Amino acid sequence: MKVLVTVKEVAEVEEDFELDGLHVAEQFLEYDLNEWDEYAVEEAVQLAEEDDDVEVVSVTIGPERSEETIRMALAKGVDRAIRVWDDALEDVDLLDVGAKTRLLSAVVEAEEPDFVLTGVQANDDSFGATGVSLASAIDFEWAAVVNDLELEGDVANVRRELEGGVEELTEVDLPAVLSIQTGINEPRYASLRGIRQAQSKEIKPMSLSDLGLDASAVESDLELTDMYEPETESDAVYFEGDAGEQAAELATVLREKGVGAQ
Amino acid sequence: MSDVLAITEHRRGELRDVSFELVTAGSDLASQSGGDLHLAVIGGDVDAFAEELALDGVDTIHTVAEGDEFNHDVYVQAVTALYEELDPTYVLMGNTVNGLDYAPAVAEQLDLPLVTDAVGLENEGALTVTREMYASKVESTVEVDAGTAAVTIRPGEWDVTEAAGEPAVEAFDVEIDDSRVRSRVTGFEEVGSGDVDIADADVLVSVGRGIEEEENIELVQELADALDATLSSSRPIVDNGWLPKDRQVGQSGKVVTPKVYLAIGISGAVQHVAGMKGAENIIAINTDPDAPIFDIADYGIVGDLFDVVPELIEQFE
Ligand SMILES: Cc1cc2nc3c(=O)[nH]c(=O)nc-3n(C[C@H](O)[C@H](O)[C@H](O)COP(=O)(O)OP(=O)(O)OC[C@H]3O[C@@H](n4cnc5c(N)ncnc54)[C@H](O)[C@@H]3O)c2cc1C
Repeated sequence: MKVLVTVKEVAEVEEDFELDGLHVAEQFLEYDLNEWDEYAVEEAVQLAEEDDDVEVVSVTIGPERSEETIRMALAKGVDRAIRVWDDALEDVDLLDVGAKTRLLSAVVEAEEPDFVLTGVQANDDSFGATGVSLASAIDFEWAAVVNDLELEGDVANVRRELEGGVEELTEVDLPAVLSIQTGINEPRYASLRGIRQAQSKEIKPMSLSDLGLDASAVESDLELTDMYEPETESDAVYFEGDAGEQAAELATVLREKGVGAQ
Repeated sequence: MSDVLAITEHRRGELRDVSFELVTAGSDLASQSGGDLHLAVIGGDVDAFAEELALDGVDTIHTVAEGDEFNHDVYVQAVTALYEELDPTYVLMGNTVNGLDYAPAVAEQLDLPLVTDAVGLENEGALTVTREMYASKVESTVEVDAGTAAVTIRPGEWDVTEAAGEPAVEAFDVEIDDSRVRSRVTGFEEVGSGDVDIADADVLVSVGRGIEEEENIELVQELADALDATLSSSRPIVDNGWLPKDRQVGQSGKVVTPKVYLAIGISGAVQHVAGMKGAENIIAINTDPDAPIFDIADYGIVGDLFDVVPELIEQFE
């Protein structure tokens, strides 16, 4: 069985940052493996550990810089990686769900996986839609926001985490795409051995033409037109001073509210 | 003229709030261009739901009597069939867990551009959608250049519509292709409560990822003891296994309305806020003055929890 797991390198903005047109200025961004994808990678690696016949391949849409993040996934047990990038992607302000779906569909066509795992969302642009959109495009079944997974023959028994502490129990026919929720497992730390092995694992670059696509694949009907820091809606009373003074003022307010007063 | 088709949601016999918020967002959007608002109700007791949804601004309610509960394969087929029948300009859905499970497939199959998690919609010639990025630190606007789009709206961002109206109610027959229903919902389970129910607490000391290490949980537990409060948390603390699941506040955890909610090292992500915005007094301690939690806080300390919390414990000893 071949498991394809999507891995995104996401940017986090620092506490203080500046905008540069339609982007956060590069020097205020820190890159990391998307939190949700860490759980998807772990789930895929656990499947491979249970069964020798499972190969885990990761796919990332990202520039060369993202290889650092991809190596983290390889160090945790992913067997090999594909990195999709192209000059045509450099100038795209907003790679929308449709474009990601077209790129990933072409990778699925080339790799023919039996099973695809994605994260529920990426914590930079938070569209939360790629997995299900991909499933629809490649005619796989799917389930979104999965926090428990059991494979049984041609079926995946999953739990979907709904709102309000309710879980939905669902049978999903394979092949399928599942979007994985945080907390489904305990992502491992990469071992030293894993990190060493990752250095010699393959990260295969694929361009649009390698995927049988052209620049129209990354065109979008959506245009990013503005980006700004939202104005704070805060009307909080702030306690100033050093930590001792702040704590004393807060204690007074808490006592007024009847907290801790015996 | 832009007609809007909005898809309502229900669970276990009840319409969810987002359905009434979709009416508000949908009728605003439709009326900005003199179009009609069509609502769809799929599955469950559709006639009873249609009665509840007879609201101001709704022109037509389409009922699709297929199944009891949400099934994404059925929803996708029903919504695409309705779209082809009504030819609306915009399809609005909720950015809920079930929304995430069918909206992207609807957009993909109808070849519509998809914008998720909208917090604002404006229709001046072209549709402009406001959304948040980078954990709510940045807002962006996205313009839809195609004539049509599928959009999901963030729950809780629009008011619910309560005023009654007189929409037409029409049963819509869809030929569901069973060979394309390849998932089956077999049940629901509620995450149980252990010995404490955080929803009952008057005072909650709530801890987030700012606490950094499992061993530091002791520090906030000590504060909770000193304040005679109950300890709760944001999601990452539970994901890490540092506190049990029944301590999680938020969209997928518990909704709490204590007298005092002390958020320590919690950023205030939308899914967290969904569970605690009803607290009477919200107090936030966070190193980041721009953390979204301060937007809803009544009292704030911009500071390091490892400095402030020990001082606060001392105040109550
Ligand atoms: C479908 C879905 C459901 C979800 N359900 C929930 C849910 O039910 N509940 C929930 O909480 N989340 C939920 N989430 C996750 C949510 O999106 C956030 O990831 C999560 O709430 C972040 O938790 P946090 O605020 O503790 O961590 P972070 O966002 O990482 O914030 C940590 C904060 O600590 C501050 N900090 C760091 N160090 C210090 C220090 N020394 N002193 C003071 N402050 C410090 C930082 O400035 C930051 O603001 C859900 C997500 C999805 C997609």
